[in-house]
Amino acid sequence: MITTTSVLAATGPGFLSPSGVEIAFLLVGVVTLGAAVITVTTKQLVHAALWLVVALGGLAVEYLLLTAEFIAWVQVLIYVGSVVVLLLFGLMLTRAPIGRSPDADSGNRPVALAVAVAAGAALVWVVVDAFRHTWIDLEGPVQGSTEVTGRILFQHWVLPFEALSVLLLAALVGAIVLSRKNAAAAEPGTTGGPGSAGEPGRPNPGRRTRTPGRPAKETRSRPAQEAPGRPPTADPSEPPQKEQR
Amino acid sequence: MHLAYPAVLAALLFCVGLYGVLARRNAILVLMSVELMLNAVNLNLVAFDVWLRDTLHSGQALTLFTIAIAAAEIGIGLAIVLMVYRNRGTSDIDKLRDTAETAGEDHDPDDATEAPDGPAQKAEAAA
Repeated sequence: MITTTSVLAATGPGFLSPSGVEIAFLLVGVVTLGAAVITVTTKQLVHAALWLVVALGGLAVEYLLLTAEFIAWVQVLIYVGSVVVLLLFGLMLTRAPIGRSPDADSGNRPVALAVAVAAGAALVWVVVDAFRHTWIDLEGPVQGSTEVTGRILFQHWVLPFEALSVLLLAALVGAIVLSRKNAAAAEPGTTGGPGSAGEPGRPNPGRRTRTPGRPAKETRSRPAQEAPGRPPTADPSEPPQKEQR
Repeated sequence: MHLAYPAVLAALLFCVGLYGVLARRNAILVLMSVELMLNAVNLNLVAFDVWLRDTLHSGQALTLFTIAIAAAEIGIGLAIVLMVYRNRGTSDIDKLRDTAETAGEDHDPDDATEAPDGPAQKAEAAA
């Protein structure tokens, strides 16, 4: 290994004397990787989403260092701006506990760790072995500026771009169809009171047809029945947790 | 810049995301790990596009498409998670075992649908 690195230092621009861009890339990469590891290991669910912001923002900086400006700003806009906010809304709507939740990791954690370490070792070995002698030339004209990206996107890639807009529309319609309350399954008898939620633990179509005023009332009465912040996995026979939405 | 830096970082990020997908129990945390894996792929695409100096810039175009598809995926995924939470009262993917095969059960699909312990398992999964 020492001989290969010395050979590399002789042939390439210098493996042992990294440039400033490489040092910056390495530092931001360490931060990104650390934030990603915390994201997948922390017990606090909201903190996981916030560390994901750090990881995705670090990746945006990496794109900037690779002279892909437009991708970097799109990354900031889409991921940090909307995807993380969506995830936080999802955590909120599924009543994720604010504090530490002991059941954030499942039982197959050692197997997952073994698989991830094996895959990581294999991938890093193969990648380093394959690209030992390749260097990215960051000099010259910027390759990812907004002008360049816009030109290639609307000259060469305009048809996939339009197809992608259709896909986004389909995803939008699908998300609305999935998440709207099913008005056709409304049952007049089950919308009467909180005690008429049907048998506990059973998927009940009448449960999804609540009027908008009722969940707020139950939200207020909820902390009296159950400790706040608990996930609703403890007792399936609690009717209010299923009447939230 | 050495190409190994972004490639190794992408590989490590992908494996962190892989660990998260396998080890997490909350469905939204699994979606977060999927986002990490998609971002690792994006970094690879950008790095190789810059390295190859592609005139069509297919790597950067594909990165934009991947970002858009990831946004669509997270929207649909969260809608599914919210619907499961609304119907089952939990977003714990370890408890969504309606289609799982237990060890002692007969694997004949005709028997599996008519198995006497089917409703009991469903009630357990819904709990």
